[in-house]
Amino acid sequence: MTAYLIAAIFLLALNGFYAGRNRARSIRVGSRLNSLPQYHGIHVALWCGLPALILLVLWVSFEPVVVEALVQASLSAEFRALSEDQAVLAMMEIRNLAQGISGVQTNLPYAEDAATMLTRLSRIADYALVASVAVVAILGLGLARSHITLEFQARQSVERVFNVFIFLSSAVAVMTTVAIVLSLLFESFQFFKQVPLHEFLFGLKWNPQIAIRADQGASTGAFGAVPVFSGTLLIALVAMLVAGPIGLASAVYFSEYARPRVRDVAKPILELLAGIPTVVYGFFAALTVAPLVRELGLELGLEVEARSALAAGVVMGIMIIPFISSLADDVITAVPQSLREGSYAMGATQSETIKYVIFPAALPGIVGAFLLAISRAIGETMIVAMAAGLNANLTANPLENVTTVTVQIVVALIGDQEFDDPKTLSAFALGLVLFAMTLILNVVALMIVKRYREQYE
Amino acid sequence: MIDSTPRAPGSKGVLADTLEQDAPLGSVQTVGEALLENPSVSCRDVAVHYGDKQALFDINLDMGTNEVLALIGPSGCGKTTFLRCINRMNDTIQGCRVSGTIKIDDEEINHADADVVSLRSRVGMVFQKPNPFPKSIYDNIAYGPRIHALTASNEELDQIVEDSLKRAGLWKEVADRLQAPGTGLSGGQQQRLCIARAIAVNPDVILMDEPCSALDPIATARIEELIDELRENFTIAIVTHSMQQAARVSQRTAYFHMGSLVEVGSTDQIFTNPRQRLTEDYITGRFG
Repeated sequence: MTAYLIAAIFLLALNGFYAGRNRARSIRVGSRLNSLPQYHGIHVALWCGLPALILLVLWVSFEPVVVEALVQASLSAEFRALSEDQAVLAMMEIRNLAQGISGVQTNLPYAEDAATMLTRLSRIADYALVASVAVVAILGLGLARSHITLEFQARQSVERVFNVFIFLSSAVAVMTTVAIVLSLLFESFQFFKQVPLHEFLFGLKWNPQIAIRADQGASTGAFGAVPVFSGTLLIALVAMLVAGPIGLASAVYFSEYARPRVRDVAKPILELLAGIPTVVYGFFAALTVAPLVRELGLELGLEVEARSALAAGVVMGIMIIPFISSLADDVITAVPQSLREGSYAMGATQSETIKYVIFPAALPGIVGAFLLAISRAIGETMIVAMAAGLNANLTANPLENVTTVTVQIVVALIGDQEFDDPKTLSAFALGLVLFAMTLILNVVALMIVKRYREQYE
Repeated sequence: MIDSTPRAPGSKGVLADTLEQDAPLGSVQTVGEALLENPSVSCRDVAVHYGDKQALFDINLDMGTNEVLALIGPSGCGKTTFLRCINRMNDTIQGCRVSGTIKIDDEEINHADADVVSLRSRVGMVFQKPNPFPKSIYDNIAYGPRIHALTASNEELDQIVEDSLKRAGLWKEVADRLQAPGTGLSGGQQQRLCIARAIAVNPDVILMDEPCSALDPIATARIEELIDELRENFTIAIVTHSMQQAARVSQRTAYFHMGSLVEVGSTDQIFTNPRQRLTEDYITGRFG
């Protein structure tokens, strides 16, 4: 019913638009309006639609609360004697009865009556809603339409509504971010009540036990996050060792050496790497690269595990090449041509110019590109989940298997667990620390990039 | 050979006729003494194309030792393009072709096998906008000597840096902060830093492309003095839009118009007694 009501409000508002526009046109004859007729139309439509919509939203959110309170108030003392939990259950039964859900069994003597009352009150409330929304919408339309005069500032009025609208839009985005951070903080707090902070941050053993039942005693494992973070950093390091040189070199090629035709074809292909879904990279890593690394290692007489940090890191490196290449290309292109000419005019070759003039000038931007790529590598999940392994192994050897923060978060939340179990909650603590890490990296990167921009503009 | 056609001063119609009838693209015969004995730089039949568009037409012009040659003319007339032929900077522009013969001390430089790197160590360039590298003052000057491996020791390099800064008249201002960034200097100081950078490799020729157009009058006067001092040791060509500047610093002046060299002669003669109507119209400010 609410959907029909919303549609009706929109139709009425549309009608208001035409009414306002036509009225503005009709009084314009021979003189000048303050605003174009369209603005008067929009103004009327807003006055017609907005208050009605707001009323509708408020009504729909408060109606059930009010109606149920009325029903409860009318119930006998028997209901009031129930404990809080029982009262909730009783209300649930009444609600189900009222909605006519089949097969509802009840042993409450007053439930039938209460359900009938609930249904009746709800119906009355619905009629009242339709009536009041209609009154508000038509009143708004009529009032706004009668306000239309030659001098009426419809443009300014519409502008104010627009300002509020865009403010609310951005507020939604910002508030969502804040809410996510708060939820992370709150759940992490729950976790740190069970596992001390210093144990989490400095413990060397990560072995969260699965608590199958709530009453299992030995359900607390070891929650030392150091091996998890060291695994993350190891894989990110391998990825940067692959992506850094290749990305930077291709950026130099595309910005300094490649002829325009080559660049126009090859650069989009390179950037296509960024568009491949990470799950595809994941099975590429697990099925192709990991066995290859293992075979190569065996040839060289090295012990390589089936899932290794090296395989995951290499594939992740390939994934972030376009990040580095694209960002570095931008900053290298932004180095003023006059510096290149100055260097060439001194008799420097192209590679000398790149080494001694362009790199130093673009360095802050390149560092920024690297930091953004690292934060991407740290946050990447799918590749490592498929190719790196699950064992929290404290090692610096890329041939062994390691695990990462993101993988452990996935593992912690898969399957049936108690929600207040430390293992489940550890996902939030890991997420919080990961968030802090990438946030710091991003802030540092943006600061460096910003300072660099100011240098030439 | 003074233009004897009678005409009303300031007549725009006559000028338009001149441009249309007497000077279609590329057909202008150069008037004046374009060629010299024992030139430092000699250009013969130099033409430049940008893609399909021809920007310079058969330029024949010599630059003498220890003289300042001013290149003047309206915007887009090809004077900067000509200047950039001499150190092959046009190579860096996509689709730009330079034909003709350019010799520096009798050595042909405008062919594919010529060593551009060593050419540019012999022909320095100063640009319109000061372009110090984002390095220290010291490293800016040391850039050329380092890449061309001119010095055997750090002491020698220190000496070159000091000498170059002294010759560019900047030493006193920066002697106590050689490690400060070159980009932190004022505009005029930056331009003198660029001149010091250019002379640090001891070139034969210095090309200057409107070196004062971004500077205030005091800094400009300072650079002009400097150019006059540098003339003793270097062959200098300067592109300028300021007639007064050309008159003050140069011994010879060449007037370019729409890709052609219209007239060249001693600066005194060009400014007091031009032979071509186009030249006269330009220097008297009738257009340009």
